[in-house]
Amino acid sequence: MTPKDNIYNYPDVKGKFGIYGGRFVPETLMTALTELEAAYTKYKKDTRFIDELNALQIDYNGRPTPLTFAERLTEHYRKAKIYLKREDLCHTGAHKLNNALGQILLAKRLGKKRIIAETGAGQHGVATATVCAKFGLKCVVYMGSVDVERQKLNVFRMKMLGAEVIPVESGSKTLKDATNEAIRDWVTNVVDTHYIIGSVVGPHPYPMLVRDFQSIIGIETKNQLKVKENKLPDYIVACVGGGSNAIGIFYPFVNDPNVRLIGVEAAGYGIDTDKHCATLSLGTTGIFQGMKTYLLQNVNGQISEVHSISAGLDYPGVGPEHSLLKDIKRAEYYSVTDKEALYSTGTLAKLEGILPALETAHAFAYLDKLMPSTAENEIVVVNVSGRGDKDLNTIIKETGEQF
Amino acid sequence: MSYISERIERINISQQKVLSVFLTAGFPERESFINAAKAVINNGADIIEIGVPFGDSLADGPVIQSSFTTALKNGITIKDTLKFTEEIKYYSDIPVILMSSANPVNSYGLDKFCNDAFNAGINGLILPDIPLEEHEEFYSDKFDKFDKIILTTPTSSESRIRMIDELSSGFVYCVSVVGITGTRGAFGNEVILNLERTYNTIVKNKMLIGFGIKSGEDVKTFSPYCDGVIVGSAIVKSLSADDDKFTKTSELVRELKEACR
Repeated sequence: MTPKDNIYNYPDVKGKFGIYGGRFVPETLMTALTELEAAYTKYKKDTRFIDELNALQIDYNGRPTPLTFAERLTEHYRKAKIYLKREDLCHTGAHKLNNALGQILLAKRLGKKRIIAETGAGQHGVATATVCAKFGLKCVVYMGSVDVERQKLNVFRMKMLGAEVIPVESGSKTLKDATNEAIRDWVTNVVDTHYIIGSVVGPHPYPMLVRDFQSIIGIETKNQLKVKENKLPDYIVACVGGGSNAIGIFYPFVNDPNVRLIGVEAAGYGIDTDKHCATLSLGTTGIFQGMKTYLLQNVNGQISEVHSISAGLDYPGVGPEHSLLKDIKRAEYYSVTDKEALYSTGTLAKLEGILPALETAHAFAYLDKLMPSTAENEIVVVNVSGRGDKDLNTIIKETGEQF
Repeated sequence: MSYISERIERINISQQKVLSVFLTAGFPERESFINAAKAVINNGADIIEIGVPFGDSLADGPVIQSSFTTALKNGITIKDTLKFTEEIKYYSDIPVILMSSANPVNSYGLDKFCNDAFNAGINGLILPDIPLEEHEEFYSDKFDKFDKIILTTPTSSESRIRMIDELSSGFVYCVSVVGITGTRGAFGNEVILNLERTYNTIVKNKMLIGFGIKSGEDVKTFSPYCDGVIVGSAIVKSLSADDDKFTKTSELVRELKEACR
């Protein structure tokens, strides 16, 4: 992609990533989306905004996060060197705070008094509740009732942080339905409320906004690896639900054609069953939650009820930029099952002393398939998007404490 | 002048406001739906909006969402919705508007949808998640045979309302309040001020008001600022607890129509 006109540069002015993305929302929200886009365009070049965000990323979030050489994991496969980008060491335990900090600063400048968010695993809910506590704004988090049950610890954390958690009983009672309910809240309260979307999904400008705030992951990775190895990685592996941690680490490498970008989706019980979330592997194009993208849906255009052991990946859509990256073959997408993900949490814990989130575990599980094809002089970076403390209940339940 | 515009014009000329009634396709039951539609038509509806159920609709409140859930359990699809439309058209010459989230229409296939919907007798379309910004790209020339009704809301600026008026055909759907569909309490003064502003800004099309209208009294409140009203949730709610002759719903439609005169 060396000639200038071939440089990847999305979204376009209409918020499209190729044919994906856009703004498929009720008219009520259009003014707020336009305002948000204008504010973001203005403040992303504003030195006071940039300085305030950078200071928060360093002094509050704990950035830069380390890029850890995984010595024993590398020995385990005896192939390429494996590095871990440690987003699990961010304040609140996952990459989600990178975006929540950026958006709360925008919300403040837009004069909004109330913040809403959706959450699956609870990590984005916790990140949003955290920034609301820090900036003194009212916070309401929508969470599917199935997730409220399986991520109890995070529900309690959000409440301690002063947020109101509203369990959502509609549909599959997971992330998709929490997002619907948050959008309906926003349609009703748009005048004084900002919606902090947690992933690179929804109507424009969100997929761009969240990507930009998460890109700090890839920018740091590039700089850190240059210092440690003086080269670019050969492979970057990240899990994909909506796709924010993956886009965050992929995006700064999109114009480096020799870096293979690998997204790992949740295959649930297996992609030959109907209980999975492998949207990019098996989905078809559709319009959902404000965006055009790949979706898991039936022949009548009804969104499927999907499944993953990990609440953060349990989503029938995917960020529109991933749909484009798949179509133009700039990124590759594979999937691993609940069982494979669960098993890899144990491997990483025992070999590296890191207990990853079940979401992140999907990226690690894929190493079993990837590593044999790599060479010893190559480098693999895995994005450790979050830590696994929140999943202990699920892991105990699924494994019967056999680890 | 389109079929819908002509009908509105004719009713307005006789000093009446138009009553457009929203029905969820295949609700309360697949078998009883046509009888429900006939009851609504016989008791004074001037336009029928037939809603394609969608499990993830963003602008709908609990009443319509719940009717969608029921309709989906009854297996209702666009194909069924078009079959119901044919039956309604066989019974009456009432204009029929198909209302849907974009995805079921997209998934049906846009060209096939245009052909089949036209053959079934659909006169207009309301796709609430196709705003101005997506209008041109989504609606190819094949959609020209339908009126495309666009929504305004209290958050729409006057310049947006003018663009909506320009692109819309059939009428402009003025959403009364900031929020999702469903009945609510009294309408405040700011609601009326917005209706007045919107009605004054719209010059090309007729304007119908919807969202939250549940009684003849509400119709009277809005009458000075519109050419007609749209009633959805109140009707769907009534249908969900009615007898098999739809006595209650028929009464409600008569009350609403009476207030339109």
